[in-house]
Amino acid sequence: MLGRRGALRFLALPPYVWLGLFFVLPLILIVAISFRPETGPINFDDPWAPTLVQYQRVWETESYLRLLGVSVLMALVVAGAATLLAYPVAYFLAFRARDRAVFYLVLLLIPFAASYLLKIMAWRLMLGQEGAINSFLQYIGLTAEPLDLLLYSRAAVIIALIYVWIPFAALPIYAAMQRINRGHQEAAADLGAGPWSRFWRITVPLSLPGALAAFFMVFIPTVGEYVTPSLVGGTEGFMYGNLIQDFFTSAANWAQGSALAVIMLVVTLVLVIVALRVVDVRRLSS
Amino acid sequence: MTGVGVGRTRVPLRATYVGMLLVLYFPIALLFLFSISENSSLSFPIQGLTLDWYREVFEDASLLEAARNSLVVGGVAATLATLIGFSVSVAVVRFRFRGRAGLVGLAGLPLIVPFIVLGVSLFLLFIFVDIPRSLATIAIGHTVVAVPFATLILLARMIGLDPNLEDAAMDLGATYRATLRRVVVPLMGASLLSAWLTCFIVSFDEVAIALFLAGGDPTFPIFLYGQLRFAQRLPVLIAMAVLLMIGTVTLTLIAFRLGRRRA
Repeated sequence: MLGRRGALRFLALPPYVWLGLFFVLPLILIVAISFRPETGPINFDDPWAPTLVQYQRVWETESYLRLLGVSVLMALVVAGAATLLAYPVAYFLAFRARDRAVFYLVLLLIPFAASYLLKIMAWRLMLGQEGAINSFLQYIGLTAEPLDLLLYSRAAVIIALIYVWIPFAALPIYAAMQRINRGHQEAAADLGAGPWSRFWRITVPLSLPGALAAFFMVFIPTVGEYVTPSLVGGTEGFMYGNLIQDFFTSAANWAQGSALAVIMLVVTLVLVIVALRVVDVRRLSS
Repeated sequence: MTGVGVGRTRVPLRATYVGMLLVLYFPIALLFLFSISENSSLSFPIQGLTLDWYREVFEDASLLEAARNSLVVGGVAATLATLIGFSVSVAVVRFRFRGRAGLVGLAGLPLIVPFIVLGVSLFLLFIFVDIPRSLATIAIGHTVVAVPFATLILLARMIGLDPNLEDAAMDLGATYRATLRRVVVPLMGASLLSAWLTCFIVSFDEVAIALFLAGGDPTFPIFLYGQLRFAQRLPVLIAMAVLLMIGTVTLTLIAFRLGRRRA
């Protein structure tokens, strides 16, 4: 056993140091900066006293709060839709695909490996004035003029993001379903439960942790999105993330931007904690 | 098969799966079509087929430079994240120490912080400590977001590893470091490679954090993002993206295969 204790320091120290410096420290820094009073570029050498003025300004600006609400709502819709659409696919892979499950899973994952920006571009192509959908509608004679309501809207952002996340959402659901003991379903069948009853009372509850993981693995990146809205959202599809980005780029109002970012982080963490509570409660009660 | 197992339901599951694949592949196929069409704008009808856009990719120095930068950033970030993930999994699985649960939590936590928050936080940190932004700062940011993936993959493998193998090596006189290098690392080889490739892909495609941390040199996604508003550049960009996609898909398949083999 000699030398193992020394090895522990050698093993545990680098992760603590790296994540401490480049993950924990920046988050502490942004919280600190969100209490600074400046409304423009910050000179870090200036003396300052902590103030809540940045948060107060957010609280008093109705459009910021509305945008936060809209972005959370959009992320809920995207995460909910991606999870619901991925669920039957994962079910097929876990229970019906048998030997070919791996092959089918790979087919599903290939689009996920394609460049994210490229896929968003593809939707610009699909939804644009001269895009695939409009060309097709005109070709079959359904519309004479191109519809311009498709691209540069909130709906375009939601559609593109659901599309991007479906394959990824299927992974944790599939993993959870694979872990379900088939004996439970056989026992339920022996006791007279029909297929629907077995599905709702065994498969759904046991795959719920996977579905919840899928939901949050989509929700968290979506709620902070700013790249997709800037490409397909136009002014209407603007999200809370774009607001933060503006404060750090063109507006150069870091303290205000920091407060907005901290609010987003808190909202996300609260939602994750609440969701974990809910699932644990259910597991205890069953 | 009646009575046991999962009975037949009326939900057309196979059709759902096939339909989903069609929806997922159609937009990508459409892009591919424009990368080999003579049209210089992305509109129908297709006027003819050509490989010129692919030739132009190799004549565009800034495009190739951006792709090279992405390879470097991805390689550095993947290597660091895999090393960190490896250290975390060995420490957590093989040792009892104060802060053990904290270490796993810390390594997983970047997963629940929205990228934009991480991006602007690191942006402020680098300004605060006066480090100029460059490819190195992008690699640092990508390491942070890749660590959870590496840790999850390597932790799963480490838990399945028989501790007697390490004890045997040490009983035979190997130091702990030698045991790690000559017993643990080779046994985890496939998982280490799978973790590395996963982290590489995470970094290679990442743009939301990178946009805040980039100096003058762009990675490929940053370059792509900057050029997307120039319509006439699109076919070349798509051609390049298709080439890179072939690369990432191949890497994904390798990572996936390696991941399955140990399972």
